[in-house]
Amino acid sequence: MAYNFHFDPVDLPPECKELRQEVRAFLRAEIDAGTFSPDGRRGDNARAFARKVGARGWIGMTWPKQYGGHERTHLERYVVTEEMLAHRAPTRSYSTADRQSGPVILRYGQEAVKANILPRIASGELCFCIGLSEPNSGSDVFAASTRATKVDGGWLVNGRKIWTSNAHNSDYMIALLRTSPKTKENHRHGLTQFLIDCKSPGITIRPIINLTGQHEFNEIFFDDAFVPDLHLIGEVDMAWKQASDELAYERSGPDRWLETFPALVELVRRAGPEPSERLAEGIGREVAHLATLRRMSASVAGMLQAGKTPAVEAAVVKDLGTNWEQALPNKVRLLAPPTGDSTPDSNDDRFEEALRMTTLIAPKLTIQGGTREVLRGIIARGLGLR
Amino acid sequence: MSDSIIVDTAARIFADLCEPQIVNAAEEGTWPEALWAALEESGLTLTWVPDALGGAGADIADGFAVLRVAGRYAAPVPLAETLLAGWLLAHAKITAPGGPMTLAPVYEDGHIELSGHTLRGRARHVPFASRARHIAVLAYQAGIPSVALVATDGLAISPGTSLAGEPRDTVSFDGAAALAVGAAPDLGTLSLVRLGAAARAQQMAGALERILDQSVQWSLDRVQFGRPIAKFQAVQHNLATLAGEVAAAGAAADAAAEAIALHGLGSELVAAEVAVAKLRVGEAAGAGAAIAHQVHGAMGFTYEHSLHHATRRLWAWREEFGNETHWATQLGHMVAARGADQLWPFLTQGS
Repeated sequence: MAYNFHFDPVDLPPECKELRQEVRAFLRAEIDAGTFSPDGRRGDNARAFARKVGARGWIGMTWPKQYGGHERTHLERYVVTEEMLAHRAPTRSYSTADRQSGPVILRYGQEAVKANILPRIASGELCFCIGLSEPNSGSDVFAASTRATKVDGGWLVNGRKIWTSNAHNSDYMIALLRTSPKTKENHRHGLTQFLIDCKSPGITIRPIINLTGQHEFNEIFFDDAFVPDLHLIGEVDMAWKQASDELAYERSGPDRWLETFPALVELVRRAGPEPSERLAEGIGREVAHLATLRRMSASVAGMLQAGKTPAVEAAVVKDLGTNWEQALPNKVRLLAPPTGDSTPDSNDDRFEEALRMTTLIAPKLTIQGGTREVLRGIIARGLGLR
Repeated sequence: MSDSIIVDTAARIFADLCEPQIVNAAEEGTWPEALWAALEESGLTLTWVPDALGGAGADIADGFAVLRVAGRYAAPVPLAETLLAGWLLAHAKITAPGGPMTLAPVYEDGHIELSGHTLRGRARHVPFASRARHIAVLAYQAGIPSVALVATDGLAISPGTSLAGEPRDTVSFDGAAALAVGAAPDLGTLSLVRLGAAARAQQMAGALERILDQSVQWSLDRVQFGRPIAKFQAVQHNLATLAGEVAAAGAAADAAAEAIALHGLGSELVAAEVAVAKLRVGEAAGAGAAIAHQVHGAMGFTYEHSLHHATRRLWAWREEFGNETHWATQLGHMVAARGADQLWPFLTQGS
């Protein structure tokens, strides 16, 4: 019996190659105009950037035109996503909605919500966050206890979500809430997805500063926050059936292997055109990993386009990708030629900044969106071991 | 990309005629006659030789796909070598003879001289030279690359083995007369080593698929502490890691094969893809074999168990046609020469 996972060959069609050049030209113009800088040193306006990207038709690319989408392929979307990430464009205002929230609403949302919300995501107007983790429910997603209680015309939400990235900038959250107790037969039963307006009364958002000193994630308190019936997403108590597809989209994208890419770029700059054999070897090894991850990630996009659901393959890409990108900064650190006093035209400052940034964010890479341990459990299940 | 009939044919032949005892017997010196005869009869041995020169005229991609299957079965025959030799001969418009073949040299710095039809030089680690009937030699005639077809009868071959127990022999060509010679001015040892590396990457990807199958199956069958060891989380995570390495190796090997099928061997894109493949597959081989052995425990360390058919080949093959360090250094210099701002365009040049 064969247990190996299958990754279809990738063949990006000509329209993808043209699109790539289009995106690069757009990003170059934005960098030149000062909208953002690829080394992350200049401030940026993520909301304004999202609207520009939306105007280009690069948000909700695969969605039906009826809902503001563009009916383009997963491969085209893949190309846009990786170009944005490779150039460190400020996508945070729309990336969650584009990747996860939009597809969930499209698939399970009620018609009026689809008609109202999706076009506004696609235009870059709306920012989303995801309400999954709770103080006592992290990797064990189905242990969520924040309650939604049925009332006239809607639901009242009470409880707490935590580690919610970008909640303080978000318009909406898709939250996983408890509507019934779990059953003996199915410990995943009893949870329901809702669309929540982050500005509703009864919602308090408290910042949690992470170890980089940045405010990215938050703790959210719900105190009788009202959610209308219209915002129910999918079937009551049956969210467990809806969750796995959503995660397949999230798991294998370029954001799972490009987070620490700047460290490698700046190492190549430090190395110059004629590096030592040792440094060349070190760079070559990392580039080989990156090239292989890229192919696997594009392959998953191709399989999605072909109508497959490569959930385990996506977990494999995320596991390989996040482990690689997490280990990269330390390898870069040890490979780099020693610095002394900078010469004016060196990239010493940029290099150090990239190394600092990537070293500090490294720990989160194998935690967010499914820990390494959870992913390996999923892969092991795919192998038939559990 | 490849013709599934060819791959199915290969899979059937290996399943029938390449059982573990055949692999062991080959190591002890028994040539797997039935296996080789079936491969030859089906035309698989001359996949990379055009119809006009007596071959099967299949796509280059088909040959790579067949080598993947051969790697799965640890086929103890010079199939990759015969394909590579056929490819060399075809470049010089020399009709391929029947029987097992191999090629020389197998190193980038290998150098064999040709004067008329007379050869001079020595090649080390020539795979299966002692088993091959002919050797396709890339030799230089007054500085111009040529291909010479040489019969092994009468050559001075001093036998050696790889750590997988396969013949890796030293061949002295001094004074040997070629049966046929053809100029191949657009060829070089670099191209040959590239194609060899891509071929080994496929065989290794196949061997990695094999050790994943064996390890998963073993973990489900082997009971310790009252349950199959597959139920222990530590074992599950090791196997998940192995599955990731196997998947990465397959993807990297396929990328190189596709690039060669599309662009030939000359472009920098292909040079990069081959470097990525041999390097990434080599890393997966080291990490993957270690996990497979850990899962198998003492049983996998015995000669009796067939795990070593794949793992010893992985260890041997990762050293051939350039090891990880060789290709990493080449790739690193390629990237450095282009500069930091060209790294991303370099990574995306093929797609």
